[in-house]
Amino acid sequence: MNISGDVLERHGLTPEEYQRIVDALKREPTLTELGIFSVMWSEHCSYKSSRVHLKTLPTTGPRVLQGPGENAGAVDIGDGLAAVFKIESHNHPSFIEPYQGAATGVGGIIRDIFTMGARPIALLNSLRFGPLDDPLVRRTFAGVVAGIAGYGNSIGIPTVGGEIAFDETYSGNPLVNVFCLGIAEHGEIIKGVASGAGNPVYYVGAKTGRDGIHGATMASAEFDDKSAEKRPAVQVGDPFMEKLLLEACLEVMKSDALVGIQDMGAAGLTCSTCEMGSRGAAGVDIDVSLVPQRETGMTPYEIMLSESQERMLMVVKRGREAEVERIFEKWDLHAVRVGEVTTDGKLRVRNRGDVVAEIPNRSLTDDAPLYRRPMAEPAYIKEAQQLSFDSLGKPPAAGDAFWRLLASPTVASKRWAYRQYDHMVRTNTLVLPGLGAGVVRVKGTSRALAMSVDCNGRFVYLDPYRGAQLAVAEAARNVACAGALPIGATNCLNFGNPEKPEIMWQFGRAVEGMGAACRALDIPITGGNVSLYNETDGRAVLPTPVLGVVGVIDDARTVVRRGFTSQGDFVVLLGETYDELGGSEYLKVVHGVIRGVPPELDVNREAALHRVLVEGASVGVIRSAHDCAEGGFAITLAECCIGTGFGVQVDVPAVASVGTKTFSDMTTLFSESASRVVVSVAPAAEVRLLELAARHSVPIRRIGVVRGTRIQLTIDGRSVIDESLADVEQTWNTAIERYFEPARAIA
Amino acid sequence: MKFAVVVFPGSNCDHDAHYAAQHVLGQQAEYIWHKETSLKGADVVILPGGFAHGDYLRTGAIARFSPIMAQVQKFAASGGPVLGICNGFQVLLEAGLLPGAMLRNRSLKYQCEHVLIKVEQTDTPFTAACITGQVLRIPIAHGEGNYYAEPDVVARLERNRQVVFRYTNAGGVATDDANPNGSVANIAGLCSEQRNVVGLMPHPERACEMALGSADGLILFESVVKAVSEGAFSNPAKAVAVAR
Repeated sequence: MNISGDVLERHGLTPEEYQRIVDALKREPTLTELGIFSVMWSEHCSYKSSRVHLKTLPTTGPRVLQGPGENAGAVDIGDGLAAVFKIESHNHPSFIEPYQGAATGVGGIIRDIFTMGARPIALLNSLRFGPLDDPLVRRTFAGVVAGIAGYGNSIGIPTVGGEIAFDETYSGNPLVNVFCLGIAEHGEIIKGVASGAGNPVYYVGAKTGRDGIHGATMASAEFDDKSAEKRPAVQVGDPFMEKLLLEACLEVMKSDALVGIQDMGAAGLTCSTCEMGSRGAAGVDIDVSLVPQRETGMTPYEIMLSESQERMLMVVKRGREAEVERIFEKWDLHAVRVGEVTTDGKLRVRNRGDVVAEIPNRSLTDDAPLYRRPMAEPAYIKEAQQLSFDSLGKPPAAGDAFWRLLASPTVASKRWAYRQYDHMVRTNTLVLPGLGAGVVRVKGTSRALAMSVDCNGRFVYLDPYRGAQLAVAEAARNVACAGALPIGATNCLNFGNPEKPEIMWQFGRAVEGMGAACRALDIPITGGNVSLYNETDGRAVLPTPVLGVVGVIDDARTVVRRGFTSQGDFVVLLGETYDELGGSEYLKVVHGVIRGVPPELDVNREAALHRVLVEGASVGVIRSAHDCAEGGFAITLAECCIGTGFGVQVDVPAVASVGTKTFSDMTTLFSESASRVVVSVAPAAEVRLLELAARHSVPIRRIGVVRGTRIQLTIDGRSVIDESLADVEQTWNTAIERYFEPARAIA
Repeated sequence: MKFAVVVFPGSNCDHDAHYAAQHVLGQQAEYIWHKETSLKGADVVILPGGFAHGDYLRTGAIARFSPIMAQVQKFAASGGPVLGICNGFQVLLEAGLLPGAMLRNRSLKYQCEHVLIKVEQTDTPFTAACITGQVLRIPIAHGEGNYYAEPDVVARLERNRQVVFRYTNAGGVATDDANPNGSVANIAGLCSEQRNVVGLMPHPERACEMALGSADGLILFESVVKAVSEGAFSNPAKAVAVAR
C-alpha cells in the first residue's frame, strides 16, 4: 500500500478500514480520497458503532412525516403544518473553544431545520458542566452561554428553554446539545436529495477556508492534554451570514425551482455531495476550483474537508438557474454553480477539470463500516447500586437539606444563563424559560407547541436501561404538564469511548430503555445525533442520552404553567412517593454520593398521568402543574411558589425508608420517584379532577392549599419545613449568579 | 392607515412589528426592503429590532447608508411619525435623526427581560394615548442599550422634554436598580426636537398581548393610530402623491 500507517492513524482509520477502501475503489486511494473516506467513515458521520442499536428505536407513527435519515425529522401538528425538529451535539468543539463551539452548534442545527423548508421558531439547549467552583469550568460555562446567545439572538430565533446540570465528570468534557424546531407546510418539506441528470449543483453562502478541517474526526476521539492544539479544527460562526442564507433559502424553496438542498455541516462539502447523491441514487460531479475560497492555495483535500460555516449545497432544476440566482443576489449572496448531477452514482471531484477523486457515493454512506462492538456490564454497576444508609451517617435537619438543595446549581434558577438569550423574539413565547417546558404558539392557528429536553445522567450511570426510560418519561411529562400531547421526539446520545465494552454496554442498554419507553408512551423518535468519545484522559462523562420531546396543544389559550395562580386553590399530588432516594440530587448534594437503584418507572402509569394532565388542561380543570424531578417533592413545591407571590401549606404522609427510620423524612421530601406532578385546582373544580384521575387510575391526593407567603410543609402534622418565600426565592434565584458576581448577589 | 416596516437584511423583529400593527391592531402593514426607494405611501414608519447588517461594526452604522434611509430622512423631516425600536433606535442615532450613542450594557452581557419604563411625554405620536407618568412593563432584549450622550446634550434633551421614556421602579422613580443597562439618566427612549421621531430600546411590539405576558406596549401603536387619524402628524408621502 502506498499510504503509510502513520497517515492512516492521523486520519483515524484502521488498517482493516483501509483495506475496505481499496476494495470499494478496486485500487489504492489518492490522499484526497483517503481524506474523504476518513471523514465520512468517522464515528461522527457514519454512526458505525451506534447504527445497529439505533435501528431498534421506534421511528414511525401516524403523525410522522419524516423519520430518521434526513436533515431533521417532521411530525404532523394539524392545520396542514409540520413541526420539523432535531437535536445535535457540539461537545468537543465547545470544550476547545467554548464561545465558537457553542455558537456554531446553534448555527448547525438551525441550518438542519431550514434545509427542510421549515422556518425555525424555537431553540432549546441541554448543557452539562463540571462544578462551578472550578474557574476553568466557569470560563467554559460562560463562554458556551455567550456563544449560544450570540448566535441565536443575532439570527432572531428565540431560545425558549432547556436544562443545565453539573457534575464532576463533565469538567473536562462539557456537553452542549442544541435543539431547534421549525414550522413547514406539509407539501413544502424539502429533502437533501440530488437527482435528475444534468441538473446544476450550486454552492451558496460563506466562502470556504481552512477552518474546521477534520472537525468530524476530532469529534471521534478522546481528549487528552494535547487537545488545546486542536483549536484550528473549531469553526468560527457568522450569524448574519446565516440569517441571509436562511431568508434566501426559504425564498428559493417557495419557488419550486429546487430539487434538493443540504447544509455543509460536519465533513462539509464531502458530506453534502455524497449524501445528496446517495439519497437520490445519483452521482455528483463537482469542480473544487469553482468553490469560492477565502484563502489562497487551498488544495482539493482542504476544500473537500473544510467545515467552514454557513454554506449550503443545492441542486436546482435545469432552466431555473436565473430565477434562483436572482433571489440570492437580492440577499447579497452569490450562488455559484460548481457541478452537476450525473447518473453513475459516483462522487467525482475535479480540480480545474482534472479528476482528483472518484468514489461510489454508497461506499461513503450506506456501505460505510458497521460495527457490532463488544459489550460488557461495567464492574461498577453492582457496587454502585448498593446503598448503605448506615455509611451515610446522620441525615441533616429537613430544613438544612432543603436549603442546600435549593442552592445546588443543578436545581437552582438558570436565570443567569437564559437572561442572555433572546427568548421572546418572534412574539410566540407563551411560557418563559426556566419554568418547565418551553411553549410557543403557532401563528395562524389556534395551536401551541411545547418542548422539553431532559436527562438525568446519574440515573443512567446507575442503570442505563431504567435511566434512559426515566429521561423519556421526564421530557414527555414536562410537555404534558403544559397541557400538550407528546407527539414526537429527537435524541442526543452522549457517551464515552465505544471501543470500551463497558461504554458500549451503557449505550446498548440505554438505547433499549429509550426505545421501550418511547414505544409504551407512543412517542416516535424522528432523528437525532450520537456523540461518542466524551472522555478526557480516559474518564468518561456520565452516560447522558438526552431526549427532546415535542407536544401539541390544540388551543393555545389552555396552556398550563408551573406556578400557583390563586390564593385558596387546593394543592394536589398526582402519583405516589416511594422509598426511592437512589441516584437522587439529595444523596449527591448532601452526602456526596451517586449510589443506589434509580426510581422505578411504570410506563403505563406514566402514560395515564399524561392523559390526566392533557385532558385536565384542555377542559380548564388544572390551574398549574409541575413535575417532581431533581430534589424531589419539596423542591417542586418551592418552585410552584417561586415568582408567584403565593405561599403554600401542605401536609403529606411519611414514606417509610427501608434503610433506616432516620432517613424517613429525607425520603418523604427528596425521593425522586417518577410519575409525580404537583397541580393546583380551584376548590370548586376538585371533584372533576378527582373523577378524571380515577378514570385513568392515577393516584391522587389533596395535600394542601395555596396560602400566605411562606412555604410550610408538615409530615403527618409534624412541621419539617417552614420558610419565607422571599428567602427561598433569594437563594434559588442567585445560586448560580453568586459564582460569577459574588459582591452583587450578597447586596 | 398604513404602517411601513423597514426590513434590513439582519432585521429580526420585522415580523413582530408587522404582526402587532396588522393582526393585533387591525391596521395595514407592509414590509419595505431596505434597497427600495419608496415608502409606498405609508402613514407611519417603523425601524424594527435586529442586527441590521450583522452589527459587527457599530450597531446600525451601515444601515444608515441603505437606500431607503434617504426616504426615511425625508419622511421624518416633513413631520411623519417614525418609531425606532431597539436596533431601529440605534439606526436612528447613527442616522443623526436622534442624538447620542449606545455603549455595551454595563453588565457586558446581552439581557432579555421585562423592565418598567415611565412615559414622561405625551405630545409625541407614539405616546399620545398615554397618561404622563404612566409606568409600562415592556421587555428589553439587547447587548448594547446603554444610552450615552455628552452632559450638555443630555441637559438639552431634558430642557426640550425629549426624554420620552425612562427606566424606573414600579413607583415611577428612576433609581439605579431600575436601570437595566447603565443608560445615562435612565433614558430608555427619546424623541426628536420636532417630536415626530421616537426611538426606544424596549420592545413594545413584544408586549401587545396578555398571552405573551404584557399588553402594555400596545398603547404606543394605539397612540400613533389616534395621532395620525386626528391629523396631529402630517402624512407627507400621501401629501406629495396628491400634489403630483
